[in-house]
Order: sequence, then structure tokens, then C-alpha cells
Amino acid sequence: MTPDSPQKKHHIQILVENRFGVLTRVAGLFSARGYNIESLSVGQGIDPSVAQMTIVTVGDDRVVEQITKQLNKLIDTIKVVDLSESSFVSRETVMVKVNTTTRPEDRQEAFRIAEIFRAHIVDTSPSTYTLMVTGEEEKIEAMIGLLRPLGIKELVRSGAIAIAREEPRHATRTQKHDGELPA
Amino acid sequence: MVKMTGAEMLLECLKKERVSQIFGYPGGVVLPVFDALYKDPSLSVVLTRHEQGAVHAAEGYARTTGEVGVVLVTSGPGATNTVTGLADANMDSIPLVVITGQVPTKMIGNDAFQEADIVGISRSCTKHNFLVRSISELPRIVKEAFYIARSGRPGPVLVDIPKDVITDRGDFRYPETLTLRGYNPTVQGNRWQIRKAAQLMAKAKKPVLYVGGGVIASDSHEELSELVSLSRIPVTLTLMGLGAFPGTHPLFMGMLGMHGTYAANMAVHHCDLLIAVGARFDDRVTGKIAEFSPHSKVIHIDIDPTSIRKNFRVDVPVVGDARLILSDLLEDLRKIRDEEGLTPLEPWHQQIEGWKEEHPLTYKKDPEVIKPQFVIEKTFDLTGGDCIVSTDVGQHQMWTAQFFKFLTPRTWLTSGGLGTMGYGFPAAIGAQRAFPKRRVIAVTGEGSFMMNIQEMATVASLEIPVKIIVLNNKYLGMVRQWQEFFYGSRYSSSFIGQSPDFVKLAEAFGVAGFRATRADQVEEVLLKGLSTKGPVLMEFMVDPEENVFPMVPAGGSNIEMIFEAPPPAPAKGGKTGRKEKDAVITA
Repeated sequence: MTPDSPQKKHHIQILVENRFGVLTRVAGLFSARGYNIESLSVGQGIDPSVAQMTIVTVGDDRVVEQITKQLNKLIDTIKVVDLSESSFVSRETVMVKVNTTTRPEDRQEAFRIAEIFRAHIVDTSPSTYTLMVTGEEEKIEAMIGLLRPLGIKELVRSGAIAIAREEPRHATRTQKHDGELPA
Repeated sequence: MVKMTGAEMLLECLKKERVSQIFGYPGGVVLPVFDALYKDPSLSVVLTRHEQGAVHAAEGYARTTGEVGVVLVTSGPGATNTVTGLADANMDSIPLVVITGQVPTKMIGNDAFQEADIVGISRSCTKHNFLVRSISELPRIVKEAFYIARSGRPGPVLVDIPKDVITDRGDFRYPETLTLRGYNPTVQGNRWQIRKAAQLMAKAKKPVLYVGGGVIASDSHEELSELVSLSRIPVTLTLMGLGAFPGTHPLFMGMLGMHGTYAANMAVHHCDLLIAVGARFDDRVTGKIAEFSPHSKVIHIDIDPTSIRKNFRVDVPVVGDARLILSDLLEDLRKIRDEEGLTPLEPWHQQIEGWKEEHPLTYKKDPEVIKPQFVIEKTFDLTGGDCIVSTDVGQHQMWTAQFFKFLTPRTWLTSGGLGTMGYGFPAAIGAQRAFPKRRVIAVTGEGSFMMNIQEMATVASLEIPVKIIVLNNKYLGMVRQWQEFFYGSRYSSSFIGQSPDFVKLAEAFGVAGFRATRADQVEEVLLKGLSTKGPVLMEFMVDPEENVFPMVPAGGSNIEMIFEAPPPAPAKGGKTGRKEKDAVITA
């Protein structure tokens, strides 16, 4: 264990049995052991009996090692991969309902921001636009930052989903029951 | 194919899992199951007087036999009363299958009579749990429950069965095999890691084996004993590990940790190699973690990957079953011995002998007042250690751990991880049911005993011959000890002088009762009590202010042991203050 290793963000991908109560087991594990969840998203996988979760968490090496081991220990967990150990793609979708009537130029401005970030306008009313954008966290934060002066009425985020990049001879290290790491 | 009800099917499943003993308590929704049990003489039921007692009894049964303990209770309060026992078994890795009734499927969520979301409630204190949603999945779930409970790191599994599933009819087929794609515990240790461990063991000058309950759970005490004969490495045991290695062996250093021996704690502190086997670096073992075993390389053998690096650093982790790993380790070590020889450990043994002599386990003898440690020593002498001993939690638990020399595994039952007062007496009932011919002794205090005293009715009615030793010091002794040392002797809510007359109470329940009030009566009462047929209660009025030593104050380093009470803090507390306070409480 590395003492005082820095706090780092980790994207953890979990395959679980697609049964009722599994989400509670995963979420309960985090709360019972004091780990934090930045975001969590769940959906069905290719196999309908498997659900796929992406959890974004923050912790030092020791904590993240415990998180992956504890997740593996759940009977309903099929596989746990800490994506942050190699390269991966992470995306999040956000929908923002923004006010366009505070200043006369706001309607134009919102439209311009949408264009710059390649956001879609998915709903509109005389006084609002609803922008939807998918991207990495930095992009989403940047867009929200620019929209804020206009007045954000509502904001919903999907939470990140992530997938490992396909690499030649890519080795996923974290598999089930990985207590023995070559020292 | 035979059509049967869910209740009948459940019993068939239990028999397929070789269950012969159930501990339980009936109630509304499980009536059909109890009705089926009435007609089926091959499954015996011990009716406890509280569901918590049933779970602890099943724990005692499981720990002494190595089999899965089975509990059957009703929904709602029946189910919630099992929670403490489940948490206890979860902490101490005891295999249990707890079957709870549930309100009918259609009524779940409606706040029906005696409804409790026990699957939700018990999620974090079980290894796994199930809600059976149709009779067709009942056999599979029961099979999975037993497999999960007894494999890997054992633990409790709860199966919640709604009333309609219990009464529904269906075809019974018990699955031959099971597939749990998310559960496949590692049993075989990594050979490469084991070889590395053997090399470290062969070279170490000051090695220590730190052995926990995992060696008992995996039945690897023989491998351990061979390993010690071969390597001559001294052994310390955790509270849960007592019995895994003979307490009388010259290379045994005693228990380690908060109330461990001076020799064990010093050896662990000064060792150059710490070999943890089936132990989890619990805080009562390590004390201040930053100062625990600071000079050692660490080998950690455990079946639970999460135990590794959870609390403490490790150099060579080996995940798997202790029995398989120890026998691989033996093989490697023998090879090294034949090829290169092992490092002689005599200087290390001498150093440890020195520590043993410097501060042996001891107490101030008294010709008048009964010293609680004396009662434990006498019990060991009179039985020769040939008995199963359970304890509750507190001072009497530590004295028993220190002064009773456990010789064989599965003869020691105590609540280690959760520290559950009220565990010991029902656990002894379970042990006695498993071994009707053996002598089973429940050592308890007047505080803990009150927490499950209702089980006296159980032993009386079923003539379960448990021998109960109550060490009555009129205080919640461990609480009082901490208050004396760290809270200026302000004995807040720890004086319980108003206990019932336990001898009379025993008689009222139909249990024989004896009492000793002077030191010279101890042997006589023990002889009388242990030789009386049927259940017996022996009460010993012991020194009220005796303390457990050595002691590592909480959060302290393990080498900062104290052997006497620290001087009272000036102005606050002190003897006079204490007496006044007692007078008030007694009045």
C-alpha cells in the first residue's frame, strides 16, 4: 500500500446480474464503507441478464483497491474493471434549460454557444432553449460555465458512461478475485 | 415428479443439504413450515425463547461442527430479531442459513401485519440474501444459499420466503449443480507467491506466525502444527484463532493485541517477518496501526481478497484456502530445508522466553475474595481442557481467553468482531445440541447473561446440559474498567448491583443453581456443578474491581501495555468520588 498516495478520479466499470436489488447492493456498499460516488449510471448490457454500471469515484490507491475488491466480493458482481488503469473513453450527456430573455442578445448567445459546443436544441419556448450536449466532463463544465450568465432554469446530467479503448494486446488487469498482485 | 408445497419443498432442500438441526421460533407466515416439521421427524427443532437466541445457537452449532447452522423464524419482528446474530456471524465468518417468512408476495410493500423489509435490512450484515419470488426458484435459491454460506470466506445468508410461496404447490427437483458466474472464490494459492513466502520464512531471524479464525474455519490446524514443527516459528493467536494451536505448546506466546500477552505483543513488534494466516489485522489486534510491527516484512494468507491491504501493508499476499496454502508452503519449506537449511531461531526463542518471564499472565491471588481468573484457571484444571467453552463479551471473555488454555480447534466460541453481549449462552446451547455427550461450559458475566437469560427455559425444557458459570462482579466490568482508567472513575451506568438472585432464578427456570462467595468454595462449587446432570448455573461472587491486564489503551501502540491501573487524574474521580456515586446508585 502506498501511504499518502494522491486522491485520483477513477472510472469503474461493473457488470452485474440484472436482478432487482443489485443497484442497492452496489450503492449500499459505497455508503456503508464511506466511499464516495461522483456519478453512477446503469443500463442493460448486450446480454439482457447483465446490467452494466459505470461508477466515477475519487480516492487514493488503497481506497480504490478496496472499492474494486469489495465490489468483486458482491455475489451478483460478474466483473469489475478500473478503466483508469489504462486508456478509456468517457462521455456524459447533459440537458440544460436556459433562460433567453434576461438580456436582448441572450437568445442569439444561447444559440451561438450551442453551435460552438455542437449541442442540440431539443426544446424551445419563447423564453427558453433546452440544450443537450454529450462530451467529456471538461466540455460539459465549460458549456455550463458559459450558459450560467444567461440563467440556467434546470439542468440534468446522465452521469458518465465509459468504455475501454481497444488496444492491440491490451490487458485488463483488474479481474474478479485479484488479491494477488505480482509484488 | 412429486408435487409438494413450498414448505415441504423447503424441508426436502434442507435434507439434501444434510441438515438435521434447526433453531427457530414459529409465527404467522411460517406456520405451514412448522406444520411440515411436525410431520417430519428427521429434522429436529430447538425452540429458543427469542429469535436472537436461535441465531446465536445456530452459530454455536456451526462453529463446533463446521457445518452450516440453520435458523427458521417468522416475518416482521421474528426476522428483525435475527439482525444482531446475522451481523455477529458476518463479522466472525460463521456459515448460517437464516430462513425468514415474509408476507404474501402481493402484500409486500403494503405495510402488512408483521411485514419488514428484511432483505433490505439485512443486506449489509449478511454475505448475501435472497427473496424467493416463486416456488419454482425455491430449490435453486436454497442450494445457492448453502453453497455461499459455507464456501470461500463463510458467512450468513438470509432467505426470505413469502407466505404464498410457502403454500404454493410445485414440482420438486433439487438442482445437481449450480452456476454463480459472479461468485468463484479463489482456493488454490498462487504458487509463485507461496514460494516467495517460503523463502522469506527460511531466511527470517525473528519470524512470528499470527494466526486467526481462518485456520479454524479451513480446518488447517494440523498443517499449522506441522509448519511450526518444521520451521520452529513461534505462534500468537487472535481471539478468534484460539484453539488453532495448543495453548500449552512451548512455542505458543498467547493471544496478541489489546489484552494480549506481553511476549506476543513484543514479539510482533520486534519481528522481522510477520506471517498472518486467516487473520484480518483487526484494530483490537494491531492497536495504533502506524506503530504495529514496524520492522517486519509481511506475508498475508487469507481467503478474502478484501482482507488484504485493507488495514495493513503487505509484501507477499496469498489469496486462497489456508489449508491448501499451508500444505504448499510446507512442501516448499521442506525443499529449502533439504537444499539450503533453515535459519536457526534459538536466539529469537530465547528473547521471547525472556519476555514471557518478564511479564507472564498473572493476577494477585487472594485467600478470601474470589478472583475471576482463579475460577477460569480452576475450570481448566478440573476439566483438563476437555470441553467446549463459550463466552459472552467483556472482562470474563478476556480472562477466559487468557487463562483457559485451549488445546483443540472448535472448542472455543466467542463473539470476536461484533462483540455481542448475550452471544455466549445460546451459542453453548447450539454446541451442546451438536455434541450432546461433550461437556459444554458457558462463561458469562451478570451483565451479558441478562441479555439472553430467557434461554434458561430452553435448556430446562429440552434438558440441554449446558454448565453456566456466571462471574458476578456487580458491574459491567469492562465498561467500569475503562471508566476507572480513562473517565476518572466516574462509573456512569456501569453499576448493576440490582441483578436478580441468579441461583433462585435458575431454580425458577428448572435449572440447578450453586453459588460461591469465598475463594475456598470455588473448587467445591465447580466440582458439584460440573458433575450435576442437566443444565446447571454456578454463580461466583468475584472481586468487583478486578481489571484485565495487560492492556493496551485504545489507540495506543501495542508495546505500550499497562499492567496496573493508571494513577487517577487529580481532582476528578478517585476512590472517594466513586464510593459516593455508588452509594447514590445503590440507593
